[in-house]
Amino acid sequence: MTIDSKFQFSDLSDQELLYGAKTCPGCAATIAVRLALKVLGERTFVCVPACCLAATTNAYPQVSFAVNYVVTAFPATASTIAGMAAAAEMQGLEDVTILGIAGDGGTADIGLQALSGVCERNDNVIYLCYDNEAYMNTGIQRSSSTPWGAWTTTSPAGEGERGKTKYRKNLFDIIAAHRVPYCATASVAYPMDLMEKVAKAKAIKGARFIHVHAPCPTGWGYSSEKTIEYGKLAVESGLWYLAEYENGEMKLNLTPKTFKPAELYLKGQRRFRHMTEQDYKLIEENRDREWDLLKERVKA
Amino acid sequence: MTKTQKGKGRFLSGNEAAAEAVRLCGPQVIAAYPITPQTTLMEKLSEFVAAGEMSAPCKLLLVESEHSAMAAVMGAAMMGSRVFTATSSQGLLYMCEMLNYVSGSRFPVVMANANRGTATPWTIFGDQRDSFAMRDSGWIQFYVESGQEALDTILQAYRIAELPDVMLPVMVNIDGFTLPHTYDLVQVPEQKAVDAFLPAFKTFNKLSLEAPKCMSFAYGPDYHLESRCLQQKVFDEAVGVIERVDEEFYGLFGRRYHGLADTYRCEDAELVLAVTGSAAGTTRVVVDKLRAEGKKVGLIKVRCLRPFPAKFFASLNSPQNSCKVLGVLDRNISFGLEGGLYTDAKASMYRPGAKINTLGFVAGLGGHDVSKADIEVMFGKLANLAEGKPEEEHQFIGMRWA
Amino acid sequence: MKPRLIRDFHFPARPEELAFGVCTDAGVLTTANSGWRVFRPVLDASKCIRCLFCWVYCPDGVIGKEEKDLTIDYDYCKGCGVCAHECPKKAISMVKEGE
Repeated sequence: MTIDSKFQFSDLSDQELLYGAKTCPGCAATIAVRLALKVLGERTFVCVPACCLAATTNAYPQVSFAVNYVVTAFPATASTIAGMAAAAEMQGLEDVTILGIAGDGGTADIGLQALSGVCERNDNVIYLCYDNEAYMNTGIQRSSSTPWGAWTTTSPAGEGERGKTKYRKNLFDIIAAHRVPYCATASVAYPMDLMEKVAKAKAIKGARFIHVHAPCPTGWGYSSEKTIEYGKLAVESGLWYLAEYENGEMKLNLTPKTFKPAELYLKGQRRFRHMTEQDYKLIEENRDREWDLLKERVKA
Repeated sequence: MTKTQKGKGRFLSGNEAAAEAVRLCGPQVIAAYPITPQTTLMEKLSEFVAAGEMSAPCKLLLVESEHSAMAAVMGAAMMGSRVFTATSSQGLLYMCEMLNYVSGSRFPVVMANANRGTATPWTIFGDQRDSFAMRDSGWIQFYVESGQEALDTILQAYRIAELPDVMLPVMVNIDGFTLPHTYDLVQVPEQKAVDAFLPAFKTFNKLSLEAPKCMSFAYGPDYHLESRCLQQKVFDEAVGVIERVDEEFYGLFGRRYHGLADTYRCEDAELVLAVTGSAAGTTRVVVDKLRAEGKKVGLIKVRCLRPFPAKFFASLNSPQNSCKVLGVLDRNISFGLEGGLYTDAKASMYRPGAKINTLGFVAGLGGHDVSKADIEVMFGKLANLAEGKPEEEHQFIGMRWA
Repeated sequence: MKPRLIRDFHFPARPEELAFGVCTDAGVLTTANSGWRVFRPVLDASKCIRCLFCWVYCPDGVIGKEEKDLTIDYDYCKGCGVCAHECPKKAISMVKEGE
């Protein structure tokens, strides 16, 4: 499984525009952001709401972003960047990127209304969601992006409890339904694909959305060196997919010929350790249904 | 008026007068969401923007909520744009989180709030429970008496907000429905005069491609208390600025509002009623009537709730001051205590051996009219207290049953 | 070029030096992350083929590729071990701090 890319690691800048963050060791959110900024460059204005990334990248006088960086309220990433983009347009700022970066809670839950507004108005912004599949900043509470069956502190697993009882919200579909010019999913484990998508987004005007799968050692319960390993396993087992929506058409960037067993992805993570063979089976059945739908849409 | 009023007289509603002010000030970005009774203000601005009638190019963001409206104008302010928004009631409450973001990072956002009660009980009618609930949000708060004052105060608000010594957001409160929807003769200033009063917006407190900045960042426990102390000092600074800007405004436009608090026939007044907003007009009429009857009554119009005219209220309590009983009319209430203005006025006047007696009146909630008769009742109660007759300290006035 | 820890940063000493609320400079690092580390990545340059997987996957971007051999900024490496885990040539080993 490889993805064609015009990016060569060796050609990329060694400069880091996000550096010295106080994120947990092995954090995927910072991988997503530092790689995105390598593509977007210094003329980027970053806006982050209350979330892991904000909490770990500014505490006066330390500021880990080397580009313009503002913090906003939890529900307000999209609305704040809408205002920034409006001002940039009115001031005639050329060749700048207004970039919102928020977690899954700030995007799929409390920030969804403002994000929908941005997509409907087609404001000239890029919105990057790093999805670690729960409210990690407050200490691992379930979000609408937490997968079925996952333990969190608010979806406990134990006697009579089986983790989260609902399936995750499909953010990609929600954003694509706004008919935005560009929308994609990505994973930190596929950096070429991620950077290609950021580059593509950069070249387009209007509301652009990239949903990045970002494994979290602290919240998921695996040792910190395995962040990329779990990112790959999620894609290889079909539990995360790499897709794009552009010009009204959906495209899959990577279609595994056969899926790796879900168990390979699930069993090493503390949040899934209560799961039984039956749970693995249910997850795979649901995965197959989702993929059938996906493939039909790509065909059509 | 000692000077000729400059400008063109037009019949405008309070909302239209406010919209004219915004047109003249030329914000670069406006974001707003409709809510009664603010809606016609936003509609008027939409017309101005669509027709290219704003004094400077303007982008209007039609956001999906008030929370987003305030976040969007904050985002634009971060880039160094002059901005405007307007709301009312539930919308203001919905913005609450963003009000604190905006003030704590010193963005000179100007907002008009068409005062309206807050649910529940559900109401679309006027009182000031919305803005009084936002007293602690770090905004300068003005209350206006007329459409003319709404227009003039918005002009002053931009001037005050954008001065480097201040850099605070300003909320201009316009009593709904009384002011936004009633028509009156309003002098609309010439653009040239406004430009002379309000220079183009320049700030160092913005993002920069040359030297990238961080805004709305965290102060940890090591600097947080210190930063809040500085925030309080900025409000102290703003007191003098508000007075000075009003004087400057008078020099250019021939109208003035006397800083934080104005008085009417208070020189030798023994019974004084303090009010906010549109109730000042009614009270003036009653003061004139009672004065004609030989009663020594006066009016205090509290124009600015934050910063609070604390020194002014303290001065009422000096031996030289004629005031014997101060009544405070609140179109708001903090349940479990009393009206908010009453609390602040009493606290400002307090000192050992205080000579002044006080009464707190709550009236005009949820569109309940504050009539001349109600104001007369209030003065009557102040007189009772002055004569040593008992009066409850906190009273609701104007209820359908006495 | 990576951002650097400013070891002699002048912290506000008087109220006048602390501005209330206004913008502050971006890209200012006054504290290191080295104290978080239990294991330290050590590169054996003789085994390195410069595939740069460690460089691209490093959550903190502490691996530098501007020198002949890859470098590691130990001020900001947290010792997560992603680099060693992803290295196809096992050129990076995780060594316990203090050993």
